[in-house]
Amino acid sequence: MKRRKIDLAQAPVNFAKGADDRFQGATPLRGLLNKVFPDHWSFLLGEIALFSFIVLLGSGVFLTLFFDPSMKEVAYDGEYLALKGTMMSAAYESSLNLSFEVRGGLFMRQMHHWAALLFMASILVHMARVFFTGAFRKPREINWVIGVLLFLLGFFAGFTGYSLPDDGLSGTGLRIASAIMLTLPIIGTWLSASIFGGEFPGELIIGRFYIAHVLLIPGILLALIAAHLGIVFKQKHTQWPGPLRTNENVVGERMFPRYAMKQGGFFMAVFGVIALMAGLFQINPIWLFGPYRAAEVSSASQPDFYVMFMDGLVRLMPNWQIYIPIGNGYSIPPMFWPAVVGLGALFTLPMAYPWLEARKLKDKRSHHLLERPRDNPERVGIGMMAFTFFMVATISGSNDVISDKFHISLNAMTWAGRIGLLILPPLAYYISVRICLGLQQHDRQVLAHGVETGIIKRLPNGQFVEIHQPLGPVDDHGHPIPLEYAGWVVPKKMNRIGALAPAIKGFFFPVEKPAEIPVSPAVGGAVKREEIKSGR
Amino acid sequence: MTAVHHAGETGTPVDVNDPHLSRFDIVKEGLRRDDIEIVTYESHFHGQNSKAEKRVVRNISILFLLSGLFTLAFLVAYIWWPWHFKLGHTMSDYYTPILGITLGLGLLALGFAILAWAKKLLPHELSIQQRHGDPSSDDERLITGQTALFVADELGVQRRPLLKGAIALGSAPLGLAIAAPLVGGMIKNPHGDPEPMMYRTGFNPVANGGKPVRLTREDGSPIRPEDVSAGGQMTVFPGIPHGATNHYADSPTLLIHLRADDAATTRANAEADKNGRNKGSMWGNYVAYSKICTHAGCPASLYEQQTNRLLCPCHQSQFLITDNAQPVFGPATRRLPMLPLTVDEEGFFVAASDFKDTVGPDFWERP
Repeated sequence: MKRRKIDLAQAPVNFAKGADDRFQGATPLRGLLNKVFPDHWSFLLGEIALFSFIVLLGSGVFLTLFFDPSMKEVAYDGEYLALKGTMMSAAYESSLNLSFEVRGGLFMRQMHHWAALLFMASILVHMARVFFTGAFRKPREINWVIGVLLFLLGFFAGFTGYSLPDDGLSGTGLRIASAIMLTLPIIGTWLSASIFGGEFPGELIIGRFYIAHVLLIPGILLALIAAHLGIVFKQKHTQWPGPLRTNENVVGERMFPRYAMKQGGFFMAVFGVIALMAGLFQINPIWLFGPYRAAEVSSASQPDFYVMFMDGLVRLMPNWQIYIPIGNGYSIPPMFWPAVVGLGALFTLPMAYPWLEARKLKDKRSHHLLERPRDNPERVGIGMMAFTFFMVATISGSNDVISDKFHISLNAMTWAGRIGLLILPPLAYYISVRICLGLQQHDRQVLAHGVETGIIKRLPNGQFVEIHQPLGPVDDHGHPIPLEYAGWVVPKKMNRIGALAPAIKGFFFPVEKPAEIPVSPAVGGAVKREEIKSGR
Repeated sequence: MTAVHHAGETGTPVDVNDPHLSRFDIVKEGLRRDDIEIVTYESHFHGQNSKAEKRVVRNISILFLLSGLFTLAFLVAYIWWPWHFKLGHTMSDYYTPILGITLGLGLLALGFAILAWAKKLLPHELSIQQRHGDPSSDDERLITGQTALFVADELGVQRRPLLKGAIALGSAPLGLAIAAPLVGGMIKNPHGDPEPMMYRTGFNPVANGGKPVRLTREDGSPIRPEDVSAGGQMTVFPGIPHGATNHYADSPTLLIHLRADDAATTRANAEADKNGRNKGSMWGNYVAYSKICTHAGCPASLYEQQTNRLLCPCHQSQFLITDNAQPVFGPATRRLPMLPLTVDEEGFFVAASDFKDTVGPDFWERP
């Protein structure tokens, strides 16, 4: 029998042919390999969230292998001697075992928690980038809404997650969550009783939060992230204005290989930073908090930072209760306003913002070019107003720690927060609008008169003038012809327009010879450069 | 660039089977078909194998090797470093930090190696792709819309009102049937039997077979008046089975032994209580308040002896002990309920009755 020769070099070709016969993938694959992405550092903020999410999924699966979501009372009999014999829930016991008796378990727990914090923080910064540059405008409104939903889901994923260990701190959080449900008019007690399976805390809540945390919320998150990225891919990324860039094109580099490699490298770097934090910085040391007991709480009971704004709003809310004198009498507790209405407004208002702005500006066009924040002062003002509100609320969420560390009266901190919440946002609006207008004006100034050179000239009549370097052509008198603003950075320093010699590469010694200085042919040959010495 | 390119290609096509074409020529033909134009495509280096290029390649290689080294160190530490937790200062204290440092640096080195490779070795390019973000043409929209309407016509629900009603009536129960187990399984009546959970705590004699419930420590031991020194306070629990567990999360109570002058003020205020619920609830110089904050349910456990205030560490509500635990600062609106105190024949504290106010955070239908 004749042995058939296998041509190894031909194998990939045959494989590719076979694949295309079946799936007709050649043309779309070429399109994918060729797809052009615009590049700017601020476009990578959302990537950090995506990469953190991947780390979250991986470390989370590891944790589920050891965690027991049960509220059965057990006596602790583990390696952490300080709690030996203490009665606690099986959930808390298994969390302790994860920290002390699973090899590398504490590392994975801390990695999961740090990744969650980074996930939420990068979503916030990414949202700010998208908002302040107007990237949410038509046709990207839906993706903005999905982004806000992702933050909301991340909020609940985080809350259900740090409730699971059933330690002293997380039990306190659950207690407050139950109280927030109770504030709902009419259905409050029913909702709380249904979710907790009876009176707080009951025996079911950890199991219910567990399935929400490991299946329901991550499932929706994953679906929304897929939609988010799919829409970015379909609509193509926005870009900053600049040379060659128009509303109809994308200027950047092709996805493969360089862009994709940079993404891969960046993922490794983000993962590396999370790993460093997981190893070096302690987070949520549950063994110090003890098991949850309804009678115990310590001061400085803070939620994770992305929940802190809500806790801060609850702290600042004055004790205004609404009584409704019908029948036995009904009431709406003050916590209803910050925790239910406030949280609702903080998520629905941003979602509606793209349409509100388009309506106000009567703008129905599609925008693929970003706007520099200064070019839309109103938007920056509104954004800063929201951000200031969020920050005052967040800081108030830890006002007890601040008053303890800085020896400030706690009541003074509360009052400062209450007043700050009302005064500071409008102030932030005013200041940021003024800054934007000032920056706009300066851009126009440089475009009209040129860059300040720092060279002062004395005129024959004794007057001093500063010489400006025009950015464009000049008229017959040598005055610059005003240039139109193009929506992009205006060079304002001489260095930016080539007044500085190019840098020579190399850290300790020059790697290459300095580039030849281009000189006018009239001079004849390169000019020898010498060190400037004193005249002596 | 004002010209708008509509679906299709610009430039002149080339025959990709032409043997004279270089690979890059074929790539460019692909780019042309995808409406991409490469504006610049240049190497970072002058010529091949320049000194600068070798240097970059060397640095990237070092980064890759470093990554391998750190990751290997991670594996070694993971396996051989003593990791079992021991009290005191031991080698195991460094287990997690070493894992973090080795894995973190390994990943960072790998990340920077790839980034440097992409940014410093690969040619820098600037490409322009047309967006083609135009909406579908009016014709297309019309056709799709008409097709959708035709589908609706074919179903004929509009023309057959009987069907419409039948479908609505027929499928609505199914929707409810899907929701029923979820709602029906989870729903709990907060005011149903056997115990009205919103209004009863472990101090209710019902839980103790009708006898008054003793105040106990966490370990279940009863408390005599002399166990709490003047100016002192103690967290007490109902003296029933599981009374100190989270099953009675509403029951933790703060027993306070007031100094004589404070006790007089407190008693005067309690007797003058508007709705009379706190009347006669004190026993001697002792007073007991629910520890569960009426705001969000955290234990209001910070007792300021000097000002006679109770502070809740969660949201900083403050309650004045000498005045029926009225809220004096913060978001709480309702006073802490007072537990009627007395002493049984054996000389131990008991609750004369359950709390007369509702314990815990406020809600809609609280009377």
